[in-house]
Amino acid sequence: MTQVYKSKSLATLSSNKAVAKAVGQLDVDVIAAYPITPQTTIVEELAQMVANGEVKAQYIHVESEHSALSAVVGASIAGARTFTATSSQGLELMHEILHITSGLRLPVVMAVPTRALSAPISIWNDHSDIMNARDTGWIIYFVSSAQEAYDTVIQAYRLAEDREVLLPTIVSYDGFLMSHTYEPVVIESSEDVIEFSPKTWKGYIEEGAVAIGTLASPDYYYEFKYQQVEAMKNALRKAEIIDRDFYKKFGRKNGLVETYRTEDSEIDLLVTGSIWSSLKLAIDKARSNGLRIGGLRLRLYRPLPIDEIEKILAGKEVLVVIDKAISYGLRVAGPLANEIYTNLQSPVKIKSVVAGIGQRTITNEDLYKVILHVYKNKDSPGFTKHTLFYGVRGVELDS
Amino acid sequence: MTVNIRIPRTVWDLPREDYFVGGHNLCAGCTAGTIVRNLLKVAGPNTIVVNATGCLEVSTSLFPFTSWKVPWIHIAFENAAAVASGVEAAIKVLKEKGKIDPNKKINIIAIGGDGGTFDIGLQALSGMLERGHNVLYVVYDNEAYMNTGIQRSGATPYKAWTTTTPVGTIMRGEWRDKKDIIGIALAHKVPYIATANPAFLLDMDKKFAKALQIDGPSLIHVLMACTTGWRFDPKLGIKISKLAVETAVWVNLEYNYGKLEVTTPVPKRKHVREYLKLQGRYSHLTEEEINDIQERINRKVEEINRAVGKEVIGPLA
Ligand SMILES: Cc1ncc(C[n+]2csc(CCOP(=O)(O)OP(=O)(O)O)c2C)c(N)n1
Ligand code: SF4
Ligand SMILES: [Mg+2]
Repeated sequence: MTQVYKSKSLATLSSNKAVAKAVGQLDVDVIAAYPITPQTTIVEELAQMVANGEVKAQYIHVESEHSALSAVVGASIAGARTFTATSSQGLELMHEILHITSGLRLPVVMAVPTRALSAPISIWNDHSDIMNARDTGWIIYFVSSAQEAYDTVIQAYRLAEDREVLLPTIVSYDGFLMSHTYEPVVIESSEDVIEFSPKTWKGYIEEGAVAIGTLASPDYYYEFKYQQVEAMKNALRKAEIIDRDFYKKFGRKNGLVETYRTEDSEIDLLVTGSIWSSLKLAIDKARSNGLRIGGLRLRLYRPLPIDEIEKILAGKEVLVVIDKAISYGLRVAGPLANEIYTNLQSPVKIKSVVAGIGQRTITNEDLYKVILHVYKNKDSPGFTKHTLFYGVRGVELDS
Repeated sequence: MTVNIRIPRTVWDLPREDYFVGGHNLCAGCTAGTIVRNLLKVAGPNTIVVNATGCLEVSTSLFPFTSWKVPWIHIAFENAAAVASGVEAAIKVLKEKGKIDPNKKINIIAIGGDGGTFDIGLQALSGMLERGHNVLYVVYDNEAYMNTGIQRSGATPYKAWTTTTPVGTIMRGEWRDKKDIIGIALAHKVPYIATANPAFLLDMDKKFAKALQIDGPSLIHVLMACTTGWRFDPKLGIKISKLAVETAVWVNLEYNYGKLEVTTPVPKRKHVREYLKLQGRYSHLTEEEINDIQERINRKVEEINRAVGKEVIGPLA
């Protein structure tokens, strides 16, 4: 049901459908995608919009994800605004082309409802797929509601196509937990959406000799790659500006890092994605029992807004980083925990927790247990040395 | 769609202008340059080339130089057909939206080696052909992975030596016949499919022109004699290409909407020995093995004559 007021309307959408809605409003020219659970409903929705003539785009029914990304890369070079979406095995199959898309500085936008990786096969959520894309040179957003998925896709095109950025951008969110759950979403008018993210990308094709994707010798390669480092720095600055402008225009502020009750907290928990709302409930419970707990949610993962995180954590005692992915063979096995460890210039103690692997349920009660565990043990020697694998059979909390 | 590509009747109909130019790093005597130079003479300046990874790509695009005077795109090894599909779709929609002049004819040509086409790129090629994109796909076939050092591909011919089908005490070179890429294209109901060979320049150029006139996918499979991988004197590339046709190792043909025509009939065939003896990759062959190869060619010739319905390729001289 859609209720219309002013130029906005309210709809009940899953994150997948919210993404499709935004893409439909952004006058995308070429869509190429290959089905995989839990991404499918995005591309089905878009196919229907194209079939109805609501979206004037070429929809390429590619025979694989590798070709999906390859086709949008070709289209982007030719000047098209492009979109693709995938999950899990599909993102892995694209991997080679992920690096090429960023290396060629193409503003492709992709949605990734995250999912665990085989083997064993699991269609359920965790962050193993997206974590494998973290060094591919893509901007990566992690959103935590359908509204934010919608808003972020709109912002993503403006950021990706910014002349000082020109980087492909992923908007990721939890598969099933978000891709298939319905929430109220404010939909802006298409005119406002396209006014906020106007099409500025013209592609690389010109008359005559233009060579794209050349061979670069050791004399040149490094500079190409360093320019990507610079572009990421610009992306961080621009993402903030775009988020501020978005607030001015539409009245919703998502931020790059969201905080909850961190003003006077001693222990904070850092999360990404849908677990955020459960965490807030757990924090409230801890607070009502007199524990000074706060929460941080990372919305932009690449580039990592580490300065902002550093500022929030000034003077805090412990930071718990919850990862839904595993970096095998490390004592600290959470990939995000590792990044925070190495990037954060702060004396705060960091405790790595892995949870929700293959969508093993984590409720607010589970998070409350983690909080209590950390609170009780934070001063025992060696407490932060190892990752806590929460929720797996055989691992007891207070051992 | 009407296209202003003319079918050349003589070599004098080919323009003087070149859009693939010298200064590249292909081996001296490499026939890949001959093929693409002609391809671009026929196609002209309103062309976008998508090149798969391989010898041609690495040898013509060392930054900050390029041998291509038209927009040229290289993405990866296995996806030239997918990238070209995207370029084609983009141009189509940008024309519809008035961003590109709708009357401007833009040729989209994907070029891949045998490895990038028969093997690792087969899936993307199948997708492109099946979806009917208006792209000409040219496969230059030097019968191995040359760029990485002469490893066997699905296009390596029976008995040929490569670095991964070496001649040893048990194995004596490639043990299988070449993959039938034309049969694969035919199964996709591609409107225009042809084989060509730079020793028969005009025939090759006519086929490029015909393919570019078609509104839909087309595939041209071109034999590309490789001095380094086939182990022959660099001056012999065209001679060996010609011998390939004269011995019926290679048959120049086309399928125009499924209708087969052999475009270079061979009234009297030479013995395959004439072709093999100039190439180091066959230097290990015994008389018995050469006769085995000849037998296989004889059978293939019979099949082709039967398919055409008359003797287009004659008996051994
Ligand atoms: C995914 C991937 N696998 C392997 C390679 C290494 N590689 C580059 S070129 C090439 C061989 C190319 O062979 P072919 O397509 O026949 O072209 P040629 O070099 O013979 O002209 C290989 C194996 C690659 N670039 N990408
Ligand atoms: S190795 Fe063969 S295909 Fe490659 S450049 Fe040399 S002659 Fe040409
Ligand atoms: Mg080859």
